[in-house]
Amino acid sequence: MKLIESIRIAMRALAANKLRSVLTMLGIIIGVGSVIALMSIGRGAQKYVTDQFAGLGSNLLFIAPGQFEDGPPQERTNIKLLTLGDMQAIGDQSRAPDVKAVSAEFSSRATLTRGKKDVQVDVHATLPSYRTVINWEMSQGEFFSQADFDQHARVVVLGFDAYTKLFAANEYPIDQIIQVDNLPCRVIGVMAKKGGGLGGNQDQSLFIPLTTAQDRLFKQKTVSGDYQVNVIYVSVVSEERTASATDQIISIMRERRKISYLSGDDFSIISQNDLISVVGGVLNVLTIFLGAIAGISLLVGGIGIMNIMLVSVTERTREIGLRKAVGAKRRDVLLQFLVEAVTLSLLGGIIGISLGVGGAKAVTLAFDSFQAVVGLDAVLIAFLFSMAVGLVFGIYPAYRASRLNPIDALRYE
Amino acid sequence: MQPPVNNARSVQDAVISVRELTKFYQMGDMEVRALRGIALDIWRGEMVAIMGPSGSGKSTLMNMIGCLDVPSNGTYYLDGVDVSKLNDDELAEIRCRKIGFVFQSFNLLPRTTALANVELPLIYGGVSGRQRRQRAEEVLKLVGLGDRLDHKPNELSGGQQQRVAIARALGNHPAMILADEPTGNLDTKTSIEIMELFQRLNQEQGITIVFVTHNPETAEYCERVIHFRDGLIARDERQRPTSGIIKASAASQTQLDGMRLADQWY
Repeated sequence: MKLIESIRIAMRALAANKLRSVLTMLGIIIGVGSVIALMSIGRGAQKYVTDQFAGLGSNLLFIAPGQFEDGPPQERTNIKLLTLGDMQAIGDQSRAPDVKAVSAEFSSRATLTRGKKDVQVDVHATLPSYRTVINWEMSQGEFFSQADFDQHARVVVLGFDAYTKLFAANEYPIDQIIQVDNLPCRVIGVMAKKGGGLGGNQDQSLFIPLTTAQDRLFKQKTVSGDYQVNVIYVSVVSEERTASATDQIISIMRERRKISYLSGDDFSIISQNDLISVVGGVLNVLTIFLGAIAGISLLVGGIGIMNIMLVSVTERTREIGLRKAVGAKRRDVLLQFLVEAVTLSLLGGIIGISLGVGGAKAVTLAFDSFQAVVGLDAVLIAFLFSMAVGLVFGIYPAYRASRLNPIDALRYE
Repeated sequence: MQPPVNNARSVQDAVISVRELTKFYQMGDMEVRALRGIALDIWRGEMVAIMGPSGSGKSTLMNMIGCLDVPSNGTYYLDGVDVSKLNDDELAEIRCRKIGFVFQSFNLLPRTTALANVELPLIYGGVSGRQRRQRAEEVLKLVGLGDRLDHKPNELSGGQQQRVAIARALGNHPAMILADEPTGNLDTKTSIEIMELFQRLNQEQGITIVFVTHNPETAEYCERVIHFRDGLIARDERQRPTSGIIKASAASQTQLDGMRLADQWY
């Protein structure tokens, strides 16, 4: 008997029990739909993060103290901190010709107070070059200047959310005085809104000259009297020069920090690509995890199909007996019920795929900056997977049907 | 082993030729001997009734000659083919090509048109689409349902459903029709019509028909009646069959027309 004939028989049997068929398919529909939707959203999140990093300004390198290692973050003791002197050495054009610009920051937290209003912010104690290296626009006023830095001036620039929390909508913030942990400072500018980043809200922040912060706020000078920083930002001339810039930075840093020939670096240079791949890896794991959960619902859907097919075989015992009496071979009966199960799961898969794609599109529409990415591979995998579910869970009921004895089956009431 | 030549008819004329046929069933510790050595020839063109009380072995014999089961011992030639040692799939093939089944409860597929029901054995016989439909129409016309092709079983009367089943049995040009209590679910008038149809098919088309029944009225239409008792053939008699024509002349013609009309109503 031909396959087409089996498919026609199967479709007729499924159409005869429409409600049951739809309910059976529901498990597969939900499973496949959620696989597609979650995978698409996961991929979208990955793209979103990548785009965010790209927005930081291209060709950026980060230098941090200590070595980054795989595995869980450990208590990092005896780490030799970075200093402003390190940054100035790297910024020396004669020693590191591939470095275009440098900046650094010391980050901490502080409470801003103005009148009765107060807000907790991330403090970026930094240099005038910070804004251009990080590629961040101003919304009002201006960033602090080299003169402010040199004079240890008590001037601050507010992040956008810090500004809105301290000032009413119609208030002009420039030249107003606010308290930074009880240190009165003058507001000279407000940054443009940047949106949520990886380490929390980037707009709930304060920018202050490093000199001012370490003399008057945090008192974190090193023994030698140098200013201490957490991160040095390095902007490289062009992307192709990243490797040579890295080499130049390593040799400068090793010399300055007096690292012996045999010892490893006690600092890390991280490129944007490194960060993207780290975050991408985390998101990948998350996507796979979500996919696995959705896969479980596919499994449950498959069991539902098996259950219904077993019921169907029992219900149609007489029909099977008759078919066998008029000449159906085992193979014919097996094929008939297998095709029925696969048709159920495949139809469910196709509906699930369209619902999943629809869900991903809906998420894209709901969040303007976010775009779910529907991969053709995910669709194909879901399609094949739903077919496999039908085969795997349909084979046992079909086998049972094919083994029925025609005499008993015809007598079955 | 070749069955011996009997009554000057050749082996080729035997549709069913059974020798020393036995069938045992194991039921717990007990061995049930359903058939205890049967020898039987049914010739081409015969219309035979196999009768006997329950437990006489007639149903077991029906399963054997219907190729639904294989004997424990002995040989069975169906249309010249030894079918006593075939496996399940080979038996299915034989059933498809050589035997047309008619059941007491019709066993039509529900929600399926008469035409599709009749096409079923043709599908398994590997007949292609157009020929299949053509043949199904042909046999449905032969049983007088040429105007009911697209009706589903629940839109047909009992008699009409049995006609569909008979048409289904005829599809693959079988060597014989095996009918198991074909009038058991029908009223008397319809039973007469169905038996007349069988008789007509037997006389006009020369189709071999074997009935398995305990209804003496069914047996009346046959030229040969085989009685079973305790797994053996008790009597094998030839008789002058009741003819539908005789019955029709006994009843008034108008009455019969009325019956046919009534049948169409239900």
